[in-house]
Amino acid sequence: MTITDVRPATRKETRPMNGFADSATMLRRNLRHLVRYPTLIIATVAVPVVMLLLFSYLFGNTISAGVGGPAGGFDYIDYLVPGILLMTIASGAVQTAVQIRSDMSEGIVNRFRTMPISRTAVVTGHVLGSVILNVLTVVVVLGVGLALGFRPTAGFVEWVAVAGLTVLISLAITWLAVALGLVAKTVEGASNTPMVLSFFLPFLSTTFIPLSSLPAGIRWFAEYQPYTPIIQTLRGLLIGGPIGHDGWLAVGWGVVLTLGGYLWSKKLFARDPQS
Amino acid sequence: MNTAIGVTGLRKNFSDHVVLDGIDLHVPAGTVFSLLGPNGAGKTTAVQILSTLITADAGTITVAGHDVATDPDGVRAAIGVTGQFSAVDRLLTGEENLRLMGELYRLPKQECRRRARTLLEQFDLVAAGRKPAATYSGGMTRRLDLAMTLVGEPKVIFLDEPTTGLDPRSRHAMWDIIRELVASGVTVFLTTQYLEEADQLADRIAVLDHGHIVAEGTAAELKRRIPGGHVRLQFTDVRELDTAARILGDPARDLESLTLTVPNDGSRRGLKALLDRLDDASIETEALTVHTPDLDDVFFALTGHPTNQNASVS
Repeated sequence: MTITDVRPATRKETRPMNGFADSATMLRRNLRHLVRYPTLIIATVAVPVVMLLLFSYLFGNTISAGVGGPAGGFDYIDYLVPGILLMTIASGAVQTAVQIRSDMSEGIVNRFRTMPISRTAVVTGHVLGSVILNVLTVVVVLGVGLALGFRPTAGFVEWVAVAGLTVLISLAITWLAVALGLVAKTVEGASNTPMVLSFFLPFLSTTFIPLSSLPAGIRWFAEYQPYTPIIQTLRGLLIGGPIGHDGWLAVGWGVVLTLGGYLWSKKLFARDPQS
Repeated sequence: MNTAIGVTGLRKNFSDHVVLDGIDLHVPAGTVFSLLGPNGAGKTTAVQILSTLITADAGTITVAGHDVATDPDGVRAAIGVTGQFSAVDRLLTGEENLRLMGELYRLPKQECRRRARTLLEQFDLVAAGRKPAATYSGGMTRRLDLAMTLVGEPKVIFLDEPTTGLDPRSRHAMWDIIRELVASGVTVFLTTQYLEEADQLADRIAVLDHGHIVAEGTAAELKRRIPGGHVRLQFTDVRELDTAARILGDPARDLESLTLTVPNDGSRRGLKALLDRLDDASIETEALTVHTPDLDDVFFALTGHPTNQNASVS
């Protein structure tokens, strides 16, 4: 064994750092994980698909009968799918937070930190990977919805808007999930806190029932939390109906949450790692 | 001679706990420097600061000519770090791990592949190259870890307890690897709990205790300061033991086990002199065991307290 073989006489020059190239390398690393361990995709898709089946088959008739007015005029599945799509994006948050936490617990991130690469590349790689995974799962869940009888009326422009909003909200939720993963002390912790994003907020919004049918306290919360305008916008784009100021609110929340999650994550990642 | 690592007045606290309390170090380029100390002495913290992973509270530190505080990226471009906890991506194969490093150093694709292949061969990982690192044994993981550190051709390599937790065979394989690294001209900064390891590999050794350097020198210089070496003589009856004790200047005796503990450096000459004296007096010994100074003796000699009292710091 001669180690001298890998050490040419001239050392490579120190190249200027390139955050984009490093993030792309990290993204390839994450995509490789994803391809090799597709259970991640299945786990992320499972919850929204189960919810879709549960609410459309089991509770669908009862809910549309009970809600009557606002949900009337079209099938409950048409009402349900847009909210489930947001839930699909949000259910990726748990995976993102867990991946970030377990990555941080392994020595590999400390290795990255002592290499001449962009500081946040490893995190950016995770975010880009998660957004790609989110878009894929949204497509899958949309497919399941179509199979169950979802009939969107969206035209080309609306579909482009839906795609754009999906990516923006994915970024927002993923950056928040990254921060939650970084702030968690253990992998278990990282798998619990994002439940707020993937479970509580979807239920306390207009995912399943219109605002007017929610109990007073919850209605007040649902009215002001970010998910409601996002769902209303997706719903308006996909199956028609008024969007109004919900569109601006949805984009506004997307931008604010993305920025907030990004800055929070950046601050957390800049801390000295805990040994 | 060029300075690879220069440290003056390094301090680090974790909350109100002092981990490093004013450390000065000077490591010439192309040498092996070992920081020797028990668990919790502050060795890992020192490596983490020198390798830009965490920041110091005070002190001036230069590595490969770059200041860690003002030019951490300059330092990062010149160093490689292998810690005691594996820094490999366990979901990727060994080859993919090596190529990932190459990509991050922005080597051309061909070069990434070539270097990965060469390193797999050199570190005896060819057969395992296409298996996920999660399936590797401890020794294999450590070898892959070090191979990854070498992809960037570092000038200064930090090895934080590179053999802790390895079986003796893997440990000796790792020592051989480290020796070859040194022969290729890099500077190695090594931490260890084992005096033997420092003795085998290092040009200079600093003993770290409670955040202070309590001694520094070559292995031979340190050993001269350690009076821990002795020979234990076992006898079959008390009369023989008494006679031997008289001849050998009344060393420490244990009547229950019928043993004498005689100070001795354990060298061939030292042992021969001892045995000759016993032979001259026709004294039969049942058994003889040589006790060479270990880290505990070093610590006891240098600090006046045994190593296990230091185990509280992390």
